[in-house]
Amino acid sequence: MTTPLVEMRNMSISFGGIKAVDDVSVDLHPGEVVGLLGHNGAGKSTLIKMLSGAYGPDAGEIYINGERATITNPRDARSYNIETIYQTLALADNLDAASNLFLGRELVTPLGLVNDSAMEAETRKIMARLNPNFQKFNAPVSALSGGQRQSVAIARAVYFNARILIMDEPTAALGPQETQMVAELIKKLKADGIGIFLIDHDVHAVLDLCDRASVMKNGKLVGTVNTKDVTDDDLLSMIILGKNPNDAAA
Amino acid sequence: MTDATSQPIPQQRKNIFQLLELDTRLLGMVGAFIILCIGFNLFTDGRFLTPRNVFNLTIQTVSVAIMACGMVFVIVTRHIDLSVGALLATCSAIMAMTQTAFLPDVLGMELGNPMIAPIAIVVGIVAGTAIGAFHGWMIGYLTIPAFIVTLGGLLVWRNVGWFLTRGQTIGPLDTNFQIFGGTNGTLGPTMSWILGVIAALAAIAGIWNARRAKSAHGFPVKPVWAELTLSGISAAVILGFIATLNAYQIPQGRLRRMFEASGETMPEGYSIGYGLPVSVLLLIVIAVSMTIVARRTRFGRYIFATGGNPDAAELSGVNTRMLTVKIFALMGALCAISAVVASARLTNHTNDIGTLDELRVIAAAVIGGTALAGGMGTIHGAILGALIMQSLQSGMAMVGVDAPYQNIVVGIVLVLAVFIDIVYRKRTGDA
Repeated sequence: MTTPLVEMRNMSISFGGIKAVDDVSVDLHPGEVVGLLGHNGAGKSTLIKMLSGAYGPDAGEIYINGERATITNPRDARSYNIETIYQTLALADNLDAASNLFLGRELVTPLGLVNDSAMEAETRKIMARLNPNFQKFNAPVSALSGGQRQSVAIARAVYFNARILIMDEPTAALGPQETQMVAELIKKLKADGIGIFLIDHDVHAVLDLCDRASVMKNGKLVGTVNTKDVTDDDLLSMIILGKNPNDAAA
Repeated sequence: MTDATSQPIPQQRKNIFQLLELDTRLLGMVGAFIILCIGFNLFTDGRFLTPRNVFNLTIQTVSVAIMACGMVFVIVTRHIDLSVGALLATCSAIMAMTQTAFLPDVLGMELGNPMIAPIAIVVGIVAGTAIGAFHGWMIGYLTIPAFIVTLGGLLVWRNVGWFLTRGQTIGPLDTNFQIFGGTNGTLGPTMSWILGVIAALAAIAGIWNARRAKSAHGFPVKPVWAELTLSGISAAVILGFIATLNAYQIPQGRLRRMFEASGETMPEGYSIGYGLPVSVLLLIVIAVSMTIVARRTRFGRYIFATGGNPDAAELSGVNTRMLTVKIFALMGALCAISAVVASARLTNHTNDIGTLDELRVIAAAVIGGTALAGGMGTIHGAILGALIMQSLQSGMAMVGVDAPYQNIVVGIVLVLAVFIDIVYRKRTGDA
């Protein structure tokens, strides 16, 4: 097998004595979508925030392309081309779409000043591909609908040539049509060779979009399965009972 | 690019304010200010809007307005700085001691040496920046709330200033230093007109440059008549302001002393206006620079992003801790510059200089539309806020309102202004 794009080995982190993530290992290959499933509070988002640099782990190692990576803050993660779409979207509500898209990576003029019109032009270009209905380029994102805000967050992750994409419940706030749009985007990015961690509640969506699924319960990894080999009932029993179907078979 | 521009941009019916893309909130403030001025002018039988009073109003506003520019950044990032008045006092004390004691006594510089003022100012700004950065470090890295750090700072720096001067009034300050005070440093009519014309041309060029940048990317632009109107209004305001300051004549007695000082006799019937005070020019330069910082630099963009959503800014790779240090360091530097203006205006360092300035500065920023919830605020709004506060205060004094009533009115106006702002934002749906 090829070198994994991402390998997280024996990751642990505690908050005030509670082990939010306890000795969890997952990996991700180029062009692969790995689903992370589990109840609320199972530790999915926390696990992934150690990869995106929002939390520093208590224990565990991260390897990117087989090399040990030190990720202590979001800037480190970005330097490894890891992009994240957070559940909360992480948008500055008082700024417009272009300012959010380029936040932390602004385009500047030769004088070093922020080049708003160039950023707006780039934003118009990428939005024309992602969400052609998007028109509110000069409004603060607080004035946008849930779906429009989501497309700003997605555009931000996609624009900067991510190699590793983390999507934390990307369709939580979306209607059916927009959900379909995200599904197609995931397929397209996968075809481009990008590795995607997809955190979701919806077992069917995970079976549909993901190559493998890792299930977590109470901070521990229940198991990782190939989605081809399991039914939605298998996944549900992993989530609810914490039972690994491979163990039962053995 | 092509597929972006080929999108039809919906043209809705717009009212005149939307067409001009003017900030209606700012217009409301300007309107309130104009009503205030006209009202006071009626009650004082036309004494409020004389060139003399306009001149005095502007030089009285400068010190608070300079600090209000920095306070906008502090409040936009959801912090507060209660120590600005005390920090001003410490910086003023340091600069006064540098020019009257340290440089002449320790380094043996003669009083009146042209290097005294620049050295004193640099020492003051370095001290202010360092103290501000120290506050910012405690707030950003030690995560002590800004309210507490600067409340402690208020007590510490007010009394460090006292300690440095043993409570004495230090003066008279260096004559070159006094140029920043107001009446002792004005540009004269000719220079003022030249600067005014340059400023008016720059304003017009700015408006048309922005239009060109927009149309170069194919974005919608305002109609030409709207741009022309804006250009006209900007130029008229700038030149009108200069004309007013030039119209305030230097008193004959003072003029005669100035001639005598240079060994000449004053020609009969000679008179000349003050023109633009250096301190006001300093405020304008700071306001323009701070506006550019706020709108066109990464630093400014991160300030507003952090104010809107600190987590989002951090997750986007903004180092919000270092940002806090920089913001408070900038605030400290502006306190030091304000200290130059305030002490130069008094021609002395006094022990109570800057007392209660923290409240005036915060009030100016808040009246000027800076939201304490963070993420919103403008430099020009804060300066207008400072001007409104100062006009209220001196207008009431001219009308003859008793001192306690003056403060009661200012307090009520502050609360009322914020309430009107809340109602306005609910109506228009701005966050």
